[in-house]
Amino acid sequence: MYYFDPHIHMVSRVTDDYETLAKMGCVGMSEPAFWAGFDRGSVDGFRDYFRQLTEFEAKRASWYRVQHYTWLCINAKEAENVSLSREVIAMIPEFLDRPGVLGIGEIGLNKNTKNESIIFCEHLDLAMKTDEQILIHTPHLEDKYQGTRMILDMLCDDSRIDHSRVLVDHVEEHTIRAVLDEGFWAGMTLYPVSKCTPERAVDMIEMYGPERLLVNSAGDWGPSKPTAVPDFILAMRLRGHPESLIRRVVYENPLKFFSQSRNFHFTPPEVYQPAV
Amino acid sequence: MPIPLDAEEVLNREFLEVRARLLQVAAALDRLDRASGSVEADARLTKISQALAILTEAEGDRAERIQHVFSRPYDAKWLGPFKKERMNS
Repeated sequence: MYYFDPHIHMVSRVTDDYETLAKMGCVGMSEPAFWAGFDRGSVDGFRDYFRQLTEFEAKRASWYRVQHYTWLCINAKEAENVSLSREVIAMIPEFLDRPGVLGIGEIGLNKNTKNESIIFCEHLDLAMKTDEQILIHTPHLEDKYQGTRMILDMLCDDSRIDHSRVLVDHVEEHTIRAVLDEGFWAGMTLYPVSKCTPERAVDMIEMYGPERLLVNSAGDWGPSKPTAVPDFILAMRLRGHPESLIRRVVYENPLKFFSQSRNFHFTPPEVYQPAV
Repeated sequence: MPIPLDAEEVLNREFLEVRARLLQVAAALDRLDRASGSVEADARLTKISQALAILTEAEGDRAERIQHVFSRPYDAKWLGPFKKERMNS
C-alpha cells in the first residue's frame, strides 16, 4: 500500500532508510525542522539547516522516487534563547517560497516555559502574516497534557487562525480529544517508549474515527523506527480493518491536509517522474 | 467506530502479550525490593501504584486515566497573566 509519512526527520537518517521506506510503499514525506541534539549558535546555522531541508533532502528522496516536503522554524528547545529565535523567525521568509516548503513547524512547547510560549506566539504571527500552514510539536511525557492544553489556548486565542490548517502532532489518549474537538488535525506519533505504539494508534482510530487523524514515525536521531507507519498498517490489518480505511489514514488524509499549502504539488506515484 | 474483532477474539490475540507485560512490571517491582536503598518516598512510585490501581478497576478509558496520573497539572487560567506580561514587556 502507498503511504505518506507526515512527520519524519530524514536529515538524521542514512540513505539506506530512503530505500527501505520506498520498498515499503512510502511515496511522500514531510520533514519539520527540529532540534539537532545541540543548541545552534547563530542564525547562519539555521540558514544552512534550511538549505539542507529544502535542497539536499528533496534531492536524496527523489533518488528513491519519494516526494519530500518540509516545514521551517526554530524548535521549542532552542526557543529559550529569545534573541536568536527572533533572528531565525525574521530569516524564515527567505525560504517560504521554495518548492516543497509547506509552512511553519514543528513549533510548540517543550518544558512549557514563558519564553517557549512567547516564541510560539511569534511563530504563529509569522504564519498568519505569510498565510502558512502550521505543524505543532507537543511536549513529551509528564509535560504533554499541560503543554498541549497551553498550545490549544494560544491557538484558540488567535482569531486569525484557521483550525483546519493546523496539525497538532504527538497526540496520545489524554490529548487527542481536545485537539479534535477544536477542529484541528491530530497526528499520532509511533515512537518507542515516549509516545504511541501502533496498537494504541489503532485503538484511537477505533475510538475517534479517521477524520482529521494522521500517523507518523517521527524517525530521527534518537531510538526511533522510520518504518513505523508500515507497522501501523499491519496492526490495522490484523485488527480486521478494511484496506479503504487504512488507505484513508496513511495516504488520503495527509494529502488532504497538505493540499492546503500553496507549495504542495504532489504527483501520484503512478505518474511521478523525478528529475535525476 | 466498532472494533471488527469480538471480545473473545481480542482476548485470544492479546492474552499472552498482556500476561508477559504484567510479569515484566511484577519483576521490575521485585527488582526494586531486592535492590539496596529505599525509594519509598519517591513520587514516581506513588504514581506507579495509582496506575496499577486503575488497571484493576472495571471502568473504561484506563489508558487515558493512566496518562493523567503521569501528567503535570494544567492551570486553565494561565493565559490571561501571560498575555498581560507579554503586552507589558
